[in-house]
Amino acid sequence: MRAGRIAAWTVMGLAVLVTVFPFYWMVRTALTDASHLFSDNFSLIPEHFTWANFKRVLGLSTITEAQAAGGSGASLDFVLYLRNSIVYTAVVVVVQTLSCAMAGYALARLRFRGREMVFAVFVSALMIPPIFTLLPNFALVRNLGLLNTFAGLVAPILLMTPFTVFFLRQFFLSLPREVEEAAVIDGAGLWSVFWRVALPMSKGPLITIALINGVWTWKDYLWPLLVGQEEDSRVLTVALGVFLQQSPNARPDWTGLMAGSTLSVIPVLLLLLVFGKRLANSLQFTGIK
Amino acid sequence: MSAVTQAKPLFKTVRRHNAEGGQGWAALLFLAPTLLGFAAFYIYPSVRGVWLSFTDWNLLSEPEFVGLGNYAELAGDPLFWRSLLLTGYNTVLNLAGQLSLALLVAALMHRLTKSVVLRATLLLPWLVPNVATALLWLWLLDANLGFVNQLLDAMGLPTHGFFNSPGEAMPSIAAVTTWASVGYVALLLYAGMLQIPEQVYEAAAMDGAGEVRTFFRITLPLLRPVLALVLVVSVIGCFQIFDTIAVTTKGGPINATKVIYYYIYQEAFTHFRMGYAAAMALTLVLIMGALTYLQMRLMRASNSDLG
Repeated sequence: MRAGRIAAWTVMGLAVLVTVFPFYWMVRTALTDASHLFSDNFSLIPEHFTWANFKRVLGLSTITEAQAAGGSGASLDFVLYLRNSIVYTAVVVVVQTLSCAMAGYALARLRFRGREMVFAVFVSALMIPPIFTLLPNFALVRNLGLLNTFAGLVAPILLMTPFTVFFLRQFFLSLPREVEEAAVIDGAGLWSVFWRVALPMSKGPLITIALINGVWTWKDYLWPLLVGQEEDSRVLTVALGVFLQQSPNARPDWTGLMAGSTLSVIPVLLLLLVFGKRLANSLQFTGIK
Repeated sequence: MSAVTQAKPLFKTVRRHNAEGGQGWAALLFLAPTLLGFAAFYIYPSVRGVWLSFTDWNLLSEPEFVGLGNYAELAGDPLFWRSLLLTGYNTVLNLAGQLSLALLVAALMHRLTKSVVLRATLLLPWLVPNVATALLWLWLLDANLGFVNQLLDAMGLPTHGFFNSPGEAMPSIAAVTTWASVGYVALLLYAGMLQIPEQVYEAAAMDGAGEVRTFFRITLPLLRPVLALVLVVSVIGCFQIFDTIAVTTKGGPINATKVIYYYIYQEAFTHFRMGYAAAMALTLVLIMGALTYLQMRLMRASNSDLG
């Protein structure tokens, strides 16, 4: 049995190594002087250590400095893209969670005609692959003149996704009704029961769904690629794609690209440090996007 | 899914709310933002998408009705059929890798540890934007200077073209997406394993069943509902692969990785053939719907042996 446990832990350790090592290599490359990248290929620590790659992707160095550090000299402003990503994610998460909580609450607690039908329609929308609605949505946002604006970027998912409504409705159904009923007897109206009683009791699931949606929005690429091309509305993922295209084909600017990629991983890492336990424990809910 | 669970209304004792049709107006206010978003970005585009698939439209002039023209073209478009095949190929590669590795990791975790740190670590690749993952592996798998080829070379093994080679590009992409999602899938399966009652394992241990036997005779069969869900979610995910391909191969080399999502994207936004792209997208909706239905039927997903 002992040998079996050792073997099992060895496999587990291997899995962790394969998971973590590529990230280590990302950071190690980002911290290596570009001109030495290909000479000391195997050293685990960056032998020619430098912050220059981070400086230039953050737009903190002059064009000549950037070119000297291996860049193409094209303007890079990851501070801006990072800010755009954060704004995009934060706005979507806050508004969508709130709006869907209202809807989920109505679908779970209020009595009105067509309730089950509304819910069934939302659930069936879970089955539509995003690319199908993406084409007409792009045309709509374009017609409204919202290309390259934050409004266009957030529009399709700002007010709802069927999954968030579904998730929160299921949660409100599982919430014991007694507290809310007591509030009603005390003369509280619908809105204050929702806002003062039901929402505070739902902090956990609200944080969970906000985290899940936050991760999805942070990772989002296709829609921002279509709608947020210009600098002012360019999020990190799109910026990384553009960066790769600007970089010469024969010799991609690996040190800069890895510095940019590292910047997109850092917020995720922070999230994991703060909410790791909640994320790890609430995964069964994320089955359906 | 408990979609049919009856939601009992709150406030049933309060007269003034219950006068006629229940709390219709209040509900309308609560649902207003969601219904607006749903109508504008789900219903309207769905209807418009169906209509567009019967038209010829380059985004600039007015859409021109062409009847079933797009679908006729689709039927005779070798690239379309090839893109479906490639999507299927990628899905099979991913499922084989993802499910077997994730099952292994989940089973080990289930028997070894409840460590949150370990689970959070395994989840990391799933949390990172696909674009960053793709860039990272584009670098690691670089044909000349990438770490993997250097390693292979140092071990005296032949190096590979990976993304540059028509034969290896699709498996390389499948490997990258597998790497990015194994931890996530493993955690889903692990959560399912935690649902299996401990007594079952105690009984098995009493009967002298070894670990491997216990896994195949107890864990795997009792995991079926979770496996079915994971399978459906994975297949849906694999059909929608885009980010990784857009960054690494752009559908190449020589269309070797032009999966259906990428083909639709190119037709719509590079060639501005919105009608044709919409026809492909609608076909994809139907295929995915049929596949999901079939999988749920085959796996009898809603029945658990635990009763």
